This record gives sequence, structure tokens and C-alpha cells, in this order.
Amino acid sequence: MLEIKNVTKVFNPGTVNEKLALDNFSLTLEDGDFVTVIGGNGAGKSTMMNAIAGAWTVDAGQILIDGIDVTKLPEHKRAKFLGRVFQDPMTGTAATMGIEENLALAKRRGNTRFLTPGITKKEREEYKELLKILDLGLETRLTSKVGLLSGGQRQALTLLMATLKKPKLLLLDEHTAALDPKTAAKVLETTEYIVQKDHLTTLMITHNMKDAIVHGNRLIMLMDGKIILDIKGEEKKRLTVKDLLQKFEAASGEEFTNDQAILG
Amino acid sequence: MNILHLLNSMPGTLAQGLIWGITAIGIYITYRILDVADLTVDGSLCTGGAVCIMMMVSGQNVFISMLAATLAGMVTGLVTGLFHTFMGIPAILAGILTQLGLYSVNLKIMGKANQAINVDKYNLLVCSRYIKGVPFYQNTIFVVAVCTLILVALLYWFFGTELGCALRATGCNGNMSRAQGINTNFSKVLGLMISNGLVGLSGALLAQYQGFADINMGRGAIVIGLAAVIIGEAVFSRIFHNFALKLISVALGSILYYIVLQTVVWMGIVDTDNLKLLTALIVAVFLAIPYWKSKYFSKAIVKKGGRTNA
Ligand SMILES: Nc1ncnc2c1ncn2[C@@H]1O[C@H](COP(=O)(O)OP(=O)(O)O)[C@@H](O)[C@H]1O
Ligand SMILES: [Mg+2]
Repeated sequence: MLEIKNVTKVFNPGTVNEKLALDNFSLTLEDGDFVTVIGGNGAGKSTMMNAIAGAWTVDAGQILIDGIDVTKLPEHKRAKFLGRVFQDPMTGTAATMGIEENLALAKRRGNTRFLTPGITKKEREEYKELLKILDLGLETRLTSKVGLLSGGQRQALTLLMATLKKPKLLLLDEHTAALDPKTAAKVLETTEYIVQKDHLTTLMITHNMKDAIVHGNRLIMLMDGKIILDIKGEEKKRLTVKDLLQKFEAASGEEFTNDQAILG
Repeated sequence: MNILHLLNSMPGTLAQGLIWGITAIGIYITYRILDVADLTVDGSLCTGGAVCIMMMVSGQNVFISMLAATLAGMVTGLVTGLFHTFMGIPAILAGILTQLGLYSVNLKIMGKANQAINVDKYNLLVCSRYIKGVPFYQNTIFVVAVCTLILVALLYWFFGTELGCALRATGCNGNMSRAQGINTNFSKVLGLMISNGLVGLSGALLAQYQGFADINMGRGAIVIGLAAVIIGEAVFSRIFHNFALKLISVALGSILYYIVLQTVVWMGIVDTDNLKLLTALIVAVFLAIPYWKSKYFSKAIVKKGGRTNA
């Protein structure tokens, strides 16, 4: 499904701010995998996702989605394969446009856009039904500007937009980190529901160790642009926070310091 | 200070305001929808006027000439768009470069700095003489008002299409747009082309109205257009929410701007030499208002944000 082969990315090369953000990074996902990703600040988690999404070109290596080499494709062309939700609730939606208009934009992800109507009557009905699964009352506010919604509502909407047209790969970058605990739990629950329902292959970055353990069938931990832990199958199912901490110390050769404790 | 002088000048003011309103709508598209300040317009207004006049003088039909002026305007937008997206030049600078280049191009089109057109010899669509004493359908105010309504209807339709929605999304949130598969560079180029096409058309009307095209006719067009956008929004934003009405409020803003200007001159508050200074200062203050609001009333806004986020 997804193959990242020996990808390297250096930011600000040749300057004092030079940063090796992805270090000969490789990762392969099977169809239907739900992989949770953890790691300290600056470990390269977002960089990994941006490499997949095509925010910039990588310095070396290759990225394949469903066997198609996307390494050189620009961001808007890769969007055809990807559903994305970002950490900042402002990033995933167009604030000055209506809820239904945002959904209609997402519905056309990967299509060439013509002078055909931007949204049809039939779609409106469809979106009304769809919004009900969020259980946030948005189905009665189809024409409201998204800028009027709360962070949690916007994030839930972005999730819906990312999955409205079934993506080959769903990328979630700490999409609940900016929300209060209750809203975060709800958005995560909706995430799990949609991923199960549509059998989506998913990469989910989280700052919460428990969430990383509870969700998904595989867990990876990043450090310094490399995968230092990769837990799957039965081992993942039985995993506890304590195991994870021990494994981290064994893998990194470091004590689990307070600085990294933002993980849990 | 004879009020009759002012009233007598009103039809002309109205016509001028309407013609500039089309430029203002073009500027609304870049400034408000696409979120770029495009300085190409100072050059493309003249390009439109020059192309129209030169084609008419060489015997072309007025509508063909105006179509050509619109297309020429679109080409100027294309150039700025390519400077910006393909060559990575910041939008403002890209517009300035095109504007500077257009000075030479416009001189080449006209052959000299000013080209007049004789009202009696050519069939003009609009003219400062067609304001009084002509059948209403020939009246410049009527003609330009109808033109504006047709353009508003076209733009309303366009911004409701998939392509138009993509353009709006691009201006609102580039990241989101690319994540939804929108080629934001294409959207920007297209928006700049539409905008400058409208400005070119406006220039064609203005040149006919005043009976000549002049190398300096576009100077300050961006500021006048912004003034119209800002005035239109300030006066009508509470009542006009529909997109078509918003465009109309920009056109009305342009009319108001010219009425205010005419009145100020009539009252003798400022002489005509100082008008551009006055316009620049007024627009500067209006542009500062949102900034001042966020700076000095930011506490209230944070509170509000906190509440909506909870
Ligand atoms: N666009 C960028 N330009 C320069 N440096 C970047 C950029 N994106 C990320 N970095 C750097 O790369 C490293 C990894 O960042 P990131 O992937 O965002 O970490 P995280 O695991 O917290 O998501 C950090 O040191 C960060 O400062
Ligand atoms: Mg990150």
C-alpha cells in the first residue's frame, strides 16, 4: 500500500540550522494497516507525513502509494490518494466558506475541476446524512461559515472531508492535540469508527501513548528521523504503557526523561 | 459654492464611478477572494484603454475592440501570475514588474503617450456626452450599469462552479486547497487573469468615456479600487451577504467614492492636485482599522475565541 524507501530529508542544508529530519527512512504499510506513530518533539513525525503528502521534494529515496511512484508528483496531485487531517484545526478547512462548500471541495479531491456546479442539490442531502455521524448538530448548519465552528467541530469536519472520497491512505498528524480532552476523545472515537467502516489504511501521529496503544494494529516510534521501535501483531495487542517505556529505553539507550514525557 | 454646479456634475460622476466600479470588482477578486494585492492594474487599465482606442481608430467595431481590451488585460494578469507562481516572485513585486513593463508596452500600443478618439467619427459605446439628452438606452450610466450587472451575474455563476470554488478555497487556505487536490498556482493565475481582464475592460470604457487613452490613466488605479472595495464593504456589508450583492456593493462603493471626491472638490476643501494624496490617506486609514482593532481590542477577541473553542 505505502512504501517509503530510504528517504532522506535535510532542512536548511549548508547552514548552521542544518537539520537531518529524515535519515534513510523506510516504512512499508499493508492494506488496511492502522499504524500509530509516537516520538518526542522534533523526532521527524510530521516530516514523514509531509514527505508522503509532497509538501516538498525529498533529497533521496522513493515513495510509492499502491505501487505508484509519487516521489516526483506535486502535492495537489498526490492529494488524489491521500486524506489528511492536521494538528491545527485552522489548517484543514476553508474558514470563509460554508460547511457544505468545504465538503463539496473534498468530494472533488483528485478530480479535474470544470465549470460544472461546485455543489449540487443531491450532494446537499448526502452531506446532511453524513454530518449526522459526527453527532455535533452540524447537519442543521450546512451553509454556516466554517470559521464560526469550534476547533473540535472543525477537526471533526476535516476528518469527514479527508474520508469523504475514500483515500488510499489516511494521514492524521496529532489531529486531536489542540482539542480539550473531552472533544479529543470524541474526535478519536469518530476516527476509529470511520477507519473501521471504510477499512482505511491509516497513519496516525499522536502525542498520547495510551491512544497509540489502544488504537491500530501497529505502533512505531521515531527518534532523530529514524524508526527506533516497531511493534505489531500479538505483541501490539498485549502492549502496555510500561512495556512501551521499557522498550523505548532499550531501543534508545536513554532514560525516559521528563522532556519526552509529553508522550504520555 | 453653487449647489447646482455640484448637482449638474452628478450624472458624470455617477458614470465615472460606475466605470471605475468594474476595475474595483476586478480588484475585489484579487484582494478579497484571492488574498493578493495585485499592482498590475495600474498598468493593465491603460493597456485596456490603449488597445480599445487603437483598434477603434483602425476601424474595428466597438465590441470587438472592447473584447480585445479585455483579453489584453487577461494577458497582463497571466504575466503577473507566471512571475508569481512559475518564477516564485512575491505577488506584490510580480505586479510591480508587470506594471513597469506595461509602461513601455502601452507606449508601443499607442505610438505616443496619448491617443484621442473623435466622438463624431466613431460609434462609441459610452461617452461623456451621452449623459444627457440621449435616449436612455444610449445613456452611458444605463449602459455601464447593464454591463456591470451582466458581469456580476457571470462572476456569481463562475464562483459557484467547481473551478470558482477552487479559486475561493485557494485564497482562503492554500494548504487545505492543495490537500484537496487543488492546483493553487493555477487558481492564482486564473484569478489574476480574470481580475485584469475586468480592469482592461474598465480601461476600454474609461478611454471611450473621456475620449482618449493616456499613458497615465491607470496611475493609482489599485488605490482607487481599494477605496471602492473598502467603502462598499463599510456601507453595505451588514445588509449585503450574498456574493452577487457583495460585488454590487463594490460597484456602489466606487460611485460613493467619486461622489465624495466631487463634493470635496466642490466645497473647496482640497484642490484637485491634492486628490490623490487625500485618497491615499483615506485608504491607508481604512486599511489600518482591522489592524488597530486586533491590536487594541485583542483582549475581547481572545475571550471570544476561547469561548467558541470550548
Ligand atoms: N519546513 C521546515 N523547515 C525547516 N526545518 C523543519 C521544517 N519542518 C521540520 N523541520 C525540522 O525538522 C525536525 C523534525 O520536525 P517535525 O517532523 O515537525 O517533528 P515532529 O516529530 O515533532 O512532528 C525539527 O527539528 C524541525 O525543526
Ligand atoms: Mg509534528
